[in-house]
Amino acid sequence: MTAAPPLLEVRNLRVEFPSRRGTLVALHDVSFSIAPGEILGVVGESGAGKSMTGAAIIRLLEPPGRIAGGQILLEGRRIDNLSQDEMRRIRGRRIGAIFQDPLTTLNPLYTVGRQLTETMQTHLDLSGSEARARAIGWLEMVGIPAAAQRIDSYPHEFSGGMRQRVVIALALCAEPRLVVADEPTTALDVSIQAQVIALLKRLAREKNTSMMLVTHDMGVIAETADRVAVMYAGRVVEIGPVREVVKHPHHPYSIGLMNSIPPLDHRVERLAQIDGAMPRLNAVPPGCPYNPRCPKVFDRCIVERPDLLDAGSTRAACWLYDPAEPPHV
Amino acid sequence: MSEAATVFEAEDLARYFDVSRPALQRLLAREPRRILRAVDGISFSIPKGTTLSLVGESGCGKSTVARMAVGLYPPTRGKALFEGMDLEQARATADQRRRMQMIFQDPYASLNPRWRVLDIVAEPIRAFGLVSGAAARRERVAQLLTQVGLSPLDGSKYPHEFSGGQRQRISIARALSSNPDFLVCDEPTSALDVSVQAQILNLMKGLQRDLGLTYLFISHNLAVVRQISDRIGVMYLGRIVELAPAETVFVSPRHPYTRALMDAIPDLEMIGRRRIPVGGEVPSPINPPSGCHFHPRCPLANDRCRREDPILKPARGTPGTVVACHAVEEGRDTGPTAVPPLERVGSSPAASA
Repeated sequence: MTAAPPLLEVRNLRVEFPSRRGTLVALHDVSFSIAPGEILGVVGESGAGKSMTGAAIIRLLEPPGRIAGGQILLEGRRIDNLSQDEMRRIRGRRIGAIFQDPLTTLNPLYTVGRQLTETMQTHLDLSGSEARARAIGWLEMVGIPAAAQRIDSYPHEFSGGMRQRVVIALALCAEPRLVVADEPTTALDVSIQAQVIALLKRLAREKNTSMMLVTHDMGVIAETADRVAVMYAGRVVEIGPVREVVKHPHHPYSIGLMNSIPPLDHRVERLAQIDGAMPRLNAVPPGCPYNPRCPKVFDRCIVERPDLLDAGSTRAACWLYDPAEPPHV
Repeated sequence: MSEAATVFEAEDLARYFDVSRPALQRLLAREPRRILRAVDGISFSIPKGTTLSLVGESGCGKSTVARMAVGLYPPTRGKALFEGMDLEQARATADQRRRMQMIFQDPYASLNPRWRVLDIVAEPIRAFGLVSGAAARRERVAQLLTQVGLSPLDGSKYPHEFSGGQRQRISIARALSSNPDFLVCDEPTSALDVSVQAQILNLMKGLQRDLGLTYLFISHNLAVVRQISDRIGVMYLGRIVELAPAETVFVSPRHPYTRALMDAIPDLEMIGRRRIPVGGEVPSPINPPSGCHFHPRCPLANDRCRREDPILKPARGTPGTVVACHAVEEGRDTGPTAVPPLERVGSSPAASA
């Protein structure tokens, strides 16, 4: 999509969960790329596979989940077939991760300074005092007041917003090229959320770090991302520039999703809603997975599954955009 | 609407929690008692058939108000009145008790996993003896399930067989089963996905219209609150800082905290924009700042704000709004019309869509 070679490329990723009653396919044919310095937002309802995609990239899938097909390339090199040991060196050094709950990410028994210096010394060639000086610098950069004193505090001595800042510092301190952020602001109050988003955006720009931002909050995506991928039932159903996907979505699901967001700037008598619910993994219908809820469904949708098709400003997995189809109204 | 009778009223309602360490440890460490003022003297009333929403960030006391409104917590000070009667007195008889119900945030935790939906929804009917006979009860449950958009056949299933949105429908059916007049909804859609949230909000609005229900709605989401409320109270650290008709809060917010809150919401209209976030964090309610609780984060704070508690007074220039702010009272703020925070919508190029 962009001229620069992508930093991350995901090709036809397939993730399966073997179970006694047969294999559940959690991700089907997920493909996208992220350019250097670009922020890709991934949105969808719970269970759509957005967090699973992030977990597959950093290879922290909950067992028995496994990558059953496709490729993941970081800077042109495959990382989906590396051993866990090799992967451990990539995590932290080249891919940083930020999770929703800062309390579970931080070790409660170590000071934040120790966690930062340890991470940096694992991945970078630094002496103890250099690492400590850098750790203070990082805490300052993420906006922790009196960083030189706070570095010897334990995670419980920080508030929720401050802890999430520490987590961000921890994810970025080894200067990774890619950060996978899974709902980084969901556990925070709105006024703190705005601070954290502004911080993530600024750091990504300054360090030219790419980011995959997974969230269900469309507002966060609209403000932060450059491009957006909309996921539904384990597939990417639409991908494109943020303004287009948010303002002029093409896939009927994206349209429904955007319309169901309660508007802040006016009151409506009745919110647009998508009837029904997303199918469970063991009950995904044949054809387009959205067909039972789609207002524009036609015969072909029931039997044949669409791939991402050119829909003008975005790409959408919907037969409406197949040039071979007669126009549907 | 303005002529309607008041269903629920709070008069200087307060709830403190003692979060001190055990007596012996406290004695040894020579510590004073630690009192958390979750709700510190709030007053509001809800006319019949309308919705009052309380919004605020975590720790502002909004859920504590919800619990006091249905009698789950007794107030430390002040009064909760149900149709003019003291709540404790009102809850003394089953016939009054059945008239108020609550919907909780988490539809996974609020339904007994070992009961069938039929029994969950029928429990209030049985407890209040509203319908006699198993067959009649079954019929009433079927009717309730249909009313909330489920199938009567769903009665024989267990909660785990339903998605989050469907479970919240079951919670609503259960709340409606005792024919209540007053529903307290504590973040009923925050655990739900946005497309499901729209379904539940539409359902709640429809039920209010059809059954004349009165809602006390608790939420942290201002966009949701705008869709459902008649009046809105904005809470900060246990106090209401602004109380106004819903549209007025959005068109002409007066309290600096309300303005900050609205500016902080990530919004579809803000594509690629930079914003200036509110500085600081919500202080601890155990040891709140002196005077106006918001003063450490407030751009308009002066000495009086640090010293003196502001009380709710009519905001000059904004009819219908009461606001607890010295700056607004003294006219030190930018006034009611300057910088409507949603101006940016019109000026954004994306709004041409």
